[in-house]
Amino acid sequence: MGMRSDTLSDSPEDIQADLASGHRNWLWGIIKESRQAKLGLIVLLVFVLVAIFAPLLAPYDPRQQVGPVYAPPSWQHPLGLDDGGVDMVSLLIYGGRVSLIVGFAATMVAMVIGGGIGILSGYFGGRTDQVLMRITDYFLVIPDLPLAIIVAAVWGPSLSHLIFVIALLLWTTTARIIRAQVKSVRERVYVKRARSLGASDLRIIARHVLPQIGPLLIANTVLTVAVAIFDETALSFLGLGDPTSITWGTIIEFSFLRTAISSGAWWAVIPAGLCVAIVIMACFWLGQAIEDALNPRLKVSYVSPRRFRMRLPTTEDDR
Amino acid sequence: MNTVVSEPRPLLEVRDLVTRFPVRRGILGTLARAPRRAVHAVEGVSLSIGAGEMLALVGESGCGKTTVAQSILRLVDPVSGTIDLDGRRLTGLSQRQLRPIRRTVQMIYQDPYESLDPRFRVRHAIEEPMLIHRFGGDRAERERRVAEALTRVELTPPQMFLDRYPHELSGGQRQRVAIAASLVLDPSLLVADEPVSMLDVSVRAGVLRILDDLRRTGDMSVLMITHDLSTAAHFADRIAVMYLGRIVEEGPARVVVRRPQHPYTKALLSVVPKRDPRDRSELQVLTGEPPNPVAPPSGCRFHPRCPVALDECRVTDPALRTVPGEPDHRAACVLVGAPQA
Amino acid sequence: MSLLEVRDLHVWFDLPEGRQLHAVQGVNLDLDAGERIGLVGESGCGKTTTILAMLGLLPPSATVAGDVRLDGTSVVADEEEATRPHRWKDISMVFQGAMNALNPVKTIEAQIVEPMTLHGTAEGSAAKKRAGELLEMVGITAGAGARYPHEFSGGMRQRAALAMALACGPKVLLADEPTTALDVMVQAQILELLTELTRDLGLALILVTHDLPVVAQVCERAAVMYAGEIVESASLDDLYHSPGHPYTRLLFAATPDLYGEEAVLSIPGAPPRLDRDIVGCPFRERCDRAFDRCRVERPVLREVGDLRAAACHLNDEPVGSRT
Repeated sequence: MGMRSDTLSDSPEDIQADLASGHRNWLWGIIKESRQAKLGLIVLLVFVLVAIFAPLLAPYDPRQQVGPVYAPPSWQHPLGLDDGGVDMVSLLIYGGRVSLIVGFAATMVAMVIGGGIGILSGYFGGRTDQVLMRITDYFLVIPDLPLAIIVAAVWGPSLSHLIFVIALLLWTTTARIIRAQVKSVRERVYVKRARSLGASDLRIIARHVLPQIGPLLIANTVLTVAVAIFDETALSFLGLGDPTSITWGTIIEFSFLRTAISSGAWWAVIPAGLCVAIVIMACFWLGQAIEDALNPRLKVSYVSPRRFRMRLPTTEDDR
Repeated sequence: MNTVVSEPRPLLEVRDLVTRFPVRRGILGTLARAPRRAVHAVEGVSLSIGAGEMLALVGESGCGKTTVAQSILRLVDPVSGTIDLDGRRLTGLSQRQLRPIRRTVQMIYQDPYESLDPRFRVRHAIEEPMLIHRFGGDRAERERRVAEALTRVELTPPQMFLDRYPHELSGGQRQRVAIAASLVLDPSLLVADEPVSMLDVSVRAGVLRILDDLRRTGDMSVLMITHDLSTAAHFADRIAVMYLGRIVEEGPARVVVRRPQHPYTKALLSVVPKRDPRDRSELQVLTGEPPNPVAPPSGCRFHPRCPVALDECRVTDPALRTVPGEPDHRAACVLVGAPQA
Repeated sequence: MSLLEVRDLHVWFDLPEGRQLHAVQGVNLDLDAGERIGLVGESGCGKTTTILAMLGLLPPSATVAGDVRLDGTSVVADEEEATRPHRWKDISMVFQGAMNALNPVKTIEAQIVEPMTLHGTAEGSAAKKRAGELLEMVGITAGAGARYPHEFSGGMRQRAALAMALACGPKVLLADEPTTALDVMVQAQILELLTELTRDLGLALILVTHDLPVVAQVCERAAVMYAGEIVESASLDDLYHSPGHPYTRLLFAATPDLYGEEAVLSIPGAPPRLDRDIVGCPFRERCDRAFDRCRVERPVLREVGDLRAAACHLNDEPVGSRT
C-alpha cells in the first residue's frame, strides 16, 4: 500500500548491463565468451567425431584377437590388448560410439518427457500442475539400481532397455527445472499481453515461452547427457546392460570380471574410465557455462562494498 | 451535418462495476469456518468515455484503477455491473465470444522494458497482433500496416526500426513500439496503464502527445490510468479520481484540478510538488495511508482521514452528486452543494 | 571548508573489449552542515554513481579519480580502508528502492540495531532503545520495531530505511530517489519528514532524483547533471526563474505543472554515449540554442553569478545574442 512500481534505474550495473547485453541472449555468444564453454564444446565434438568416424579411425577390428591376452602397450597397440587379445584403442573408439549413443538417446527421451511435462505444468498451473507434479514425485523416489535390476531381470538385458531405464530416471529433474522457468516466463508482461490480445495457448508456448526457455533447455540437456553417460557406464559395469555390445561400461566390466587389475593390466581398466570422466567433464563445462550465463545476473546489489580502483592524480587524460 | 443530433452514444459505458478478489482462507480458515473475505477492489464504479475522448483515471495504489482497466478488458471477471463497448455488452460474454472483440480494445503497459518480447524484432512485435486475429490482409498488406503504425508513432523512417531488437531501443522508443503494436488492429479504445511513469521526464511528453494525437485524429478513445495528476490535467479531457474502489470525483480535467470539490481531491492536489520554488501553497498532508480494501470503513470511505469529516460521514456513504452550476462535474461528498467555506 | 567536499570526481566503468564508460566526468560539490541540495538528472547522467562513490560502494569494475573529503579527511584515497570507518557513521544513504531491500527474515528493530553494533555506536539494550527512538523520529511507533518488513506498507518501509540510515548518527545523508516508487500522498509525508529531520538533526542532505518539483520542495539549491557532469548549479529559485543552461530550462519545460497552461515539451534525441570521448558540448545535439562554438569546444562549469555556476557557452555571449 502506498507504493507504485516505478524505477528509473541509474545504477552502474544497469548502465553496464545495457551496453553489454547485445549478444547476451544468444547461445553462440555465450559460448564464445566463456573459455570453459569453448573447451567443453571442443572436447565433446572430438569425441562425437571420433565416434561417428569409428570405422575409419579404429586401427583394428574390435572383435578380433590380434595378440596375446593382456599384452601391455606397445607401438602397434598404444593402449595394449584386453582379456580377449583385442586392441584397446579400437575398443575404446567403438565403445565410445555406443556409450555416446545411449547417453544421447536416453537424454532425448528424458528431455521430451521432462520438457513436455514441465511446460504443461508450468504454463497451465492449477489442477494440471498438481497432478503432473504428483506423478513426477512418484518417479523421483524410484531407486535407480533396483529398477535397472528388475528391468534387466524381467525383460532381459539390452541397450534399448538400458536407454529406457536411464530416461525414466532422468526426466524428473528436467521437468522440475523447466516448470520453474516456464512459471516465471508466464508472468512476464509480454506474455500477459499476448494473452490479453487473445493469442492461443499453443501460440504463446511456441513463440514466447519456448524461445525464452530454449537456452536453459539446452544447458539442461547437455548436463543430462553427462549423467546419462555416467548411468550407462555404471549400469553396464554392474552387468545390467547388454553384454554383447561394446561400451565403455562393458569394457570396464569385463576387465574387472577377467581380473585385469590383479594381472596388472591397468590399460584395460583406466582408459575407459578416463574417457567417461573426460566426456562428463566436457558436458559439465559446457552446460554450466551456459547456465551461468543465463541466470538472471544475480544483482549483487551495490550495497556490498567491493574494492574499486583509484586512479592516481598524475594520470588524468581529458580535462 | 448541421442538424441537431442527439448526444452520440458513448464508446465505452461502465455501470456499477463491482470486482472483488477472494482472499484465500487456507485449510485452517476453512475448518474454523472463518468468514470468506475479499479484496473489494472495485465497488460500484460507473464511467463513460465518448469517441475521441481521453479520460484519466487517477488515484493512489490500491484504489482499484488498474482493476477497473482489467475488468474492462475482461482479464478479470467482475462480480456485477455492466460494460458496454460501442453498444455491445461485454459482461456476460464468454472468453470465446470475447476473442473477436479483443481486437477493439488494446492495452499499453507501464513497463516498456518488459512489455515487448526480447526475442522479437520490432517488425514481428507489431505484426503479431495481426497474426493472432487473422487481421490485416495478406503479407504485403500487413507489412504496409506495420510501416504505417511506426510512422504514426513517429519512429521514422520505419526501415531504421523494423529489424531492431527491443534492447537496442530506448525506453521511449520501446513504448512507442508497444503503441504501434496496438494500433495495427484499429482499436476503438486504448487503455494506457501508466504509459510514461517509467520513462525519463524529457521523453514523456513525446509519448503522451502521440496518444493525444491518435485520439484526436484516429477515431479512438483513450482511458489513461495514472497517479500523476499533472499529466492528467494536461492531456486528458476528463479526470475521474478514485479512492478505495470508488470514484469520488469526476469532471472536465481543468475543472477538477482548479475547483476540486471532494476533500480527498483537494488534499491530493495540494501535495503535488510544484515546479516553482516560490509557490509555497499550503500542503494538506493526510496522515496514514488508505485503509486495506479488504475491510473498508463504514459510511463514507474517506471519513477516517478526512480533514472536514462530519458526524454523518461515519454513517452515510454518499453517492456522486452533481456540483451546483457544473452539470458534468460530480463529487461523492455530503458537502457538495454546500456553500464553500 | 565545507562539511563535504567533492573535488574533480571521475568514475570509469570497465566494459567488455577493453573499453571504458566514463560515468562521472569531473564533479565538484560542496555541502555544508544543515544544507539540503538536490542532484537532479535523468537516467544515465551519473547521479547515482556520484553518490555511490562518496560511500565507496562502487563495484570492482570501477576506477575512481578525484577526492571526496568529509570534514577535511579524504574518504576515498585509500579505497576501502579509508571509506569504511566513515561509512554510515559520518555519511549514510537511503537507497533507491530501499523499501524493497529490507531483510525479510529480520525484524525492523534488528536491522536498525545492526549498523550500530557493527560500527560500535551502541550495543545491546542501549542500541534497542536508540532504535526505538529512531523509529519514533521517523513516525513509526517504537513497538512496531518487533515486526517484519512484510507487515509494513511501502511508505512505512521507506521510513524504516530512513531510520536505518540514521542509526549511527551521520552528518551527511544521501537519499537516492527516496520517493520515486511512492504514491503522491506518501511522498509528501516522506518529503516532509526528510525536511524536518534534517532541520532537527542538523544533517546535510543530498537528494538525488529525476523529479524537479520534488527537489524544489525540499532543497534550497540543486545541481543539474547531464552526461556525467554538472551542467548547472544554483538555487532552485534561479534554476526555475532564470536558468543558466538550456537543459535546465528544457527539463522544467518537460515537467507538467498542475495549473500551467503552456504545452509540455519533450527533448528530442538522447544523451550521448559515455564510452566515447565527447567532442564539444554533450548537450548540443538536443539543444535548441546550440551554435558553432558548441560543436567544437566543451563548456566548462564556471561561475555565472552570485553563488551559481553553469557550463554553457551562451553565458559567455554578450547579452544581445542570447535572447
